[in-house]
Amino acid sequence: MTLTALAFYAFATILLASAVRVITAKNPVHSVLFLILAFFNAAGLFVLIGAEFVAFILVIVYVGAVAVLFLFVVMMLDIDFQQLRSGFLQNLPVGIIVGLILAVELVALVALHYVQPGAGVATAAPAAAVSNTEAIGRVLYTDYVYAFQASGLILLVAMIGAIVLTLRHRAGVRRQQIAQQLDRKRSDVVAIRKVPTRGGV
Amino acid sequence: MQTLPDLLPALPEIVLACAGMALLMIGVFRGEGSLRLVSWLAVAALVVVGVLLVQGPAERAVTFSGLFVSDAFGIFAKLLIVTASALSIILSMNYLEREQLARFEYPVLLVFATLGMLAMVSANNLISLYIGLELQSLSLYVVAAFRRDVAKSSEAGLKYFVLGALSSGLLLYGASLVYGFTGTTSFDRLAVMFAGGATPPLGVIVGMVFVAAGLAFKISAVPFHMWTPDVYEGAPTSVTAFFAVAPKVAAMSLFIRVLTEPFGHLLPQWQQVIWFCSLASMIIGALAAIQQTNIKRLMAYSSIGHIGYALVGLAAGSQEGVRGVLIYLAIYLAMNVGTFAIILSMRQQGRMVERISDLAGLSKSHPLMAFAMAMFMFSMAGVPPLAGFFGKFYVFMSAIQAGLYGLAILGVLTSVASCYYYLRIIKVMYFDDLVEPLERPGRAAALVMTGTALFIFPVFYLFAEPLLSGAGAAAAALFHG
Repeated sequence: MTLTALAFYAFATILLASAVRVITAKNPVHSVLFLILAFFNAAGLFVLIGAEFVAFILVIVYVGAVAVLFLFVVMMLDIDFQQLRSGFLQNLPVGIIVGLILAVELVALVALHYVQPGAGVATAAPAAAVSNTEAIGRVLYTDYVYAFQASGLILLVAMIGAIVLTLRHRAGVRRQQIAQQLDRKRSDVVAIRKVPTRGGV
Repeated sequence: MQTLPDLLPALPEIVLACAGMALLMIGVFRGEGSLRLVSWLAVAALVVVGVLLVQGPAERAVTFSGLFVSDAFGIFAKLLIVTASALSIILSMNYLEREQLARFEYPVLLVFATLGMLAMVSANNLISLYIGLELQSLSLYVVAAFRRDVAKSSEAGLKYFVLGALSSGLLLYGASLVYGFTGTTSFDRLAVMFAGGATPPLGVIVGMVFVAAGLAFKISAVPFHMWTPDVYEGAPTSVTAFFAVAPKVAAMSLFIRVLTEPFGHLLPQWQQVIWFCSLASMIIGALAAIQQTNIKRLMAYSSIGHIGYALVGLAAGSQEGVRGVLIYLAIYLAMNVGTFAIILSMRQQGRMVERISDLAGLSKSHPLMAFAMAMFMFSMAGVPPLAGFFGKFYVFMSAIQAGLYGLAILGVLTSVASCYYYLRIIKVMYFDDLVEPLERPGRAAALVMTGTALFIFPVFYLFAEPLLSGAGAAAAALFHG
């Protein structure tokens, strides 16, 4: 019990600290790395409450795909983050209002739980013998196999669409030709020249 | 031990899905220049699906744990969709080759869009409804932006995508409300739940209206029509020809199924919504089209108007009304495919033209084409001996039987008003001076033009009996009990 509590506080503290660093870090790459740390700790929290499937999804989807995508965008696009930050004080009041509304909602939710325990928790806990992942797998591949397969087709169409709309065949693009690359000999490509002093190549 | 679900009711869809993936492979391995092969194979696959639909059992069959339903209504709508898709693929080939768009992905995407439409028509659950809708929409977003080097086409694709995502959001929000207040997404269980006649919770009604709004978006009914003219104008013309027919039929059929099956007992709640959409679509369709100079924009407003007339039958909420809508859609399909075959043939000196004034003097340069176009325009206006009249006749009759006199009278009035712009095209073709003749239409386009024009006038009378009885059986399947 104390171990769980310790783990909870460790995850929660690191989560909050890294969340704060996401918005305060000067370097956007650091922000994204802190975001990844935050995701990992959130996944840890999910494991603690027994929602291991959500934890997997969080790591696989958010860390594996979304955050890496962010990282690519941040590194590849030439964005002036100092300029983006310049409106910080003007937007602060709006941010505070949104934050306050969220805080009030969260407090109301917790208060409701104390006033009327059990309210808002509609469904029964799943049978102890079946884990989350197993329960989802059982319906996903049986009752909802139609939806599952059709979703696969949607993803296929999305892939075709992305290729149709963006792939261009340009002339002069250098592609990997592994056999040729391995076949190269030093003598074919490197030549040693005698460079005269003060003459240059 | 779980047994396999019954795959037989979904056989046409499974065949089409496999065909789509096979075509993709053929295209990838054959590379450039495989458009014609892949297109004809796609048409063949659609014909096979059509045969399977006709041969398959017409009784109601539910499979995949209630996610999928196959019945006479679905088969009728699917036949219309498959026909429309096949015809538009045939019409596209020449156009794509001339416009340097000849890439094999085009027919593949149309096949997947068609598959999505079939899934929509067969949806028996809010989940399968949404998945079918997305499969269709995603393919359509891509083909709308297919001419990616032209800003207008990219704009059309982007607009369609953003507004389509908005409508999906509305639909999902509605679906989540319905699920939250009833605890089920199954159409069958929803129908049972409302059968008692008790007033449903407010959340269900709000959810239902949101779902209806999302679907109204897909059929471009007013007030959710604003994307239509821009997308129709910007998308490549062959894509517009596809948009105008198959997705409309699919979304309309889905709309009918959703409102009559799960929410059939809530008729008093949704009738006024459909009444308003129908009236507003007829009015906007008739008035906004008058000042258009681009024929694709004109067809967009015309299709908004036609959706308004089709909704008249749905507003009636009766079996006769649904039958009227199905007949209307069948005739609408023929008229639109024919008209777009002509629009796709509007070329001068090797480039596409799309102004109405470019049709000037068509009766002198291509008398038969002008005659066919005149037939389509008269039919769309609803002039009696042509098929378009009967489409309107059946929906207005059902409205009168349901006591919606106001809607029927206003519908006839807007129909008269819309004659103005249909007749203007005929005037331009027959009475304006020839400035520059159009090129000869391609063989496929000429065949499709002739075929649909003949269908609209004499052949329709031969097929009227099977069409009426087929639509009647389809409508009866929805009101099974």
